[in-house]
Amino acid sequence: MPDQLIFAMEVTVNGLLNGVMYALVALGFVLIFKASGIFNYAQGVMALFAAMTLVGIQDGRVPFGHLINEIFGTDIHYFGWEVPAILAILLTVVVMIAFAWFVQRFIFRYLVGQEPIILFMATIGLAYFLEGVSDLMWGSEIRNLDVGLPQGINDAIDRATFDIFGYGFFIDNLDIAAAIIAAILVAGLIAYSQYTKNGRAMRAVADDHQAALSVGISLNYVWILVWSLAGIVALVAGIMWGAKSGVQFSLSLIALKALPVLMLGGFTSIPGAIVGGLIIGVGEALFEFSIGPLIGGATENWFAYVLALVFLVFRPQGLFGEKIIERV
Amino acid sequence: MKKLATMAIAGAMAASPALADLVFPDLSYRTGPYAAGGIPFSDGYQDYMTLLNQRDGGIGGVMTRVVECETAYNTERGVECYESTKGEGALVYQPLSTGITYQLIPRATADGIPLHTMGYGRTSAANGDVFSHVFNYPANYWDAASVIINQLLEENDGSLEGQTITLLYHNSAYGREPIRTLETLAEMHGFELSQLAVDHPGQEQGNQWLTIRRERPDYVVMWGWGVMNQVAIQEAANIRFPMENFIGNWWAGAEHDVEPAGDAAIGYRALNMNVLGDLPVFDDIQEHVIDAGMAAGDGTNLGSVLYTRGMYAAFLAAEAARTAQEVHGVAEITPAMMRDGMEALVIDNALMEARGMPGIGPEFAVSCEDHGGTGMARMQQWDGTTWVTLTDFIAPDDSVTQPLVMEDSAQFAAENNISSQCSES
Repeated sequence: MPDQLIFAMEVTVNGLLNGVMYALVALGFVLIFKASGIFNYAQGVMALFAAMTLVGIQDGRVPFGHLINEIFGTDIHYFGWEVPAILAILLTVVVMIAFAWFVQRFIFRYLVGQEPIILFMATIGLAYFLEGVSDLMWGSEIRNLDVGLPQGINDAIDRATFDIFGYGFFIDNLDIAAAIIAAILVAGLIAYSQYTKNGRAMRAVADDHQAALSVGISLNYVWILVWSLAGIVALVAGIMWGAKSGVQFSLSLIALKALPVLMLGGFTSIPGAIVGGLIIGVGEALFEFSIGPLIGGATENWFAYVLALVFLVFRPQGLFGEKIIERV
Repeated sequence: MKKLATMAIAGAMAASPALADLVFPDLSYRTGPYAAGGIPFSDGYQDYMTLLNQRDGGIGGVMTRVVECETAYNTERGVECYESTKGEGALVYQPLSTGITYQLIPRATADGIPLHTMGYGRTSAANGDVFSHVFNYPANYWDAASVIINQLLEENDGSLEGQTITLLYHNSAYGREPIRTLETLAEMHGFELSQLAVDHPGQEQGNQWLTIRRERPDYVVMWGWGVMNQVAIQEAANIRFPMENFIGNWWAGAEHDVEPAGDAAIGYRALNMNVLGDLPVFDDIQEHVIDAGMAAGDGTNLGSVLYTRGMYAAFLAAEAARTAQEVHGVAEITPAMMRDGMEALVIDNALMEARGMPGIGPEFAVSCEDHGGTGMARMQQWDGTTWVTLTDFIAPDDSVTQPLVMEDSAQFAAENNISSQCSES
């Protein structure tokens, strides 16, 4: 087999796994948009906030420590204990649920019935607010994230592919872990929405707000639920991305990778987010591999959008999005 | 009578000018994707200026004042910061961004305010004959590229013939700066140079490292900043690239660059333009600034790579101001006088020792023609807990960098109709 073909196969597999990472971010957008029609610009910052909170809790860091010290002239930074990863994750989930309640109670409750663009603008404000709160609460420094996720080359795959192709493929253990976690997450979300009372309420609200209200479903409750789920998805995305680079501000920019995924997969489909992520991941990886060297490289960021735009020409609602027909 | 006396004293006080502050703007970034690098640098810069006030009563009897403005490493915001602070009597700007520097060069030159772009910015600004108001001592990017190659030559018995070196660079004005020098050096020393760009902010480098794994270069040289550094070091560890053959420039060699990768980062090397270690000046900063509750940050960055560099930058600015005071015989200096002070600056070991930072940088003297210093840098290596300095200051190959500086600056001079600054003065 020609070397270039073998390399292309390796690039494809890695692209697929990168796509899963993109899909993890896109899932949070889909959940909120599907249930409330809100395009949540703050999803990336939620990932940052969730990951910062997780590391802060793990390290026993005093939230708002700098602020407290500045105001009271104290010098406290740590509680003096360390929290096990699993407990820290659970506590972070509680924080994200509290955040969901806060968002619903103080922002979107007052914006019910407003135009989508108003709701979108509100999420832009929320993003900057949350960014500031995150800085104030946990600081801007890079934090090391250790929740026991494996990292580095998978030796078994390396050996197996070497035996077959004479060239060992590089597959990062973290990417494999991300794929497994994403699969569990998606299965869990689907099961939750299909087989639980709350899930059915979420689907009812997603289908028709007015009809859901008329049968006694609380919009307020469902939206808190949805923002909580989006917060949990943001935490998962924050963990996976944060494990690669440390937890830092750049995590908030991963939302930019979700946009082409959503354009391609559709804003209302969980499978769409996954398939969209995979297509974007593979597409940009193969483009960078084949064309990148000819045009100076670093094509990933813009090519993802080009790919999504090409899809939009043929299918404006995305691959799995609902076709909107407005009669005049 | 008493009232008259009070009025007379008040009138006299109003008539005699109070000593104005020496204003040093700090275009910092404590927010955004590059905050982790911006915070310690700014802390070091500000704390040293505060130390001068608290311990010495300022510079030449005049207090210093740092005006901080947040740029978030964003070029537009950097220009806004410049415009909004220059009216305060700014003596010298330290933009800490190559993008901002490029935008400020024409503005600052027109306004007569000097720029100090220490180890970043427009490399050819080292030619003071063209760039009258820009100073990039003690070293610039092209020096850095040459120093790395010189060190590799040293390690390979003077020959890199047939070796392959990959430049992994931030796809920005900053990251592209060393390409020309490395291409020239590749031609000269017979090594093969390949280039891999990483887009802002640098979180995704999977494809670049797959390429490196396939092509197996002998060395990877990194021109990174921010999250790009942490991700690159982690990816290098993931593909089991030999860490000692992975070398960053001086903006890719801080503690926060290597710590996220843990023990996997052990062996990674980077340049440094200043010495690390327990400098006596740190004790003074601890006592007069941090313990006094006057630190710019929480004091935890004291002694870190970028804190030390920020402090070094402040030291160079303060010494230039002191030189300007001596040259012009006045304590209150203007930006024009500051520029003269920068151009007459001499840094020697006795001075560094006297300021409590012995050997923090190389000795150098600035002149009208040479705004770039010696270009020397040290190589350091991460041992898992701290950076260990491996070499003494290594000199760049001036026979390579100088013609490039002259060529690029001559082009700038022609495009902007600039005549020789030094022959005029």
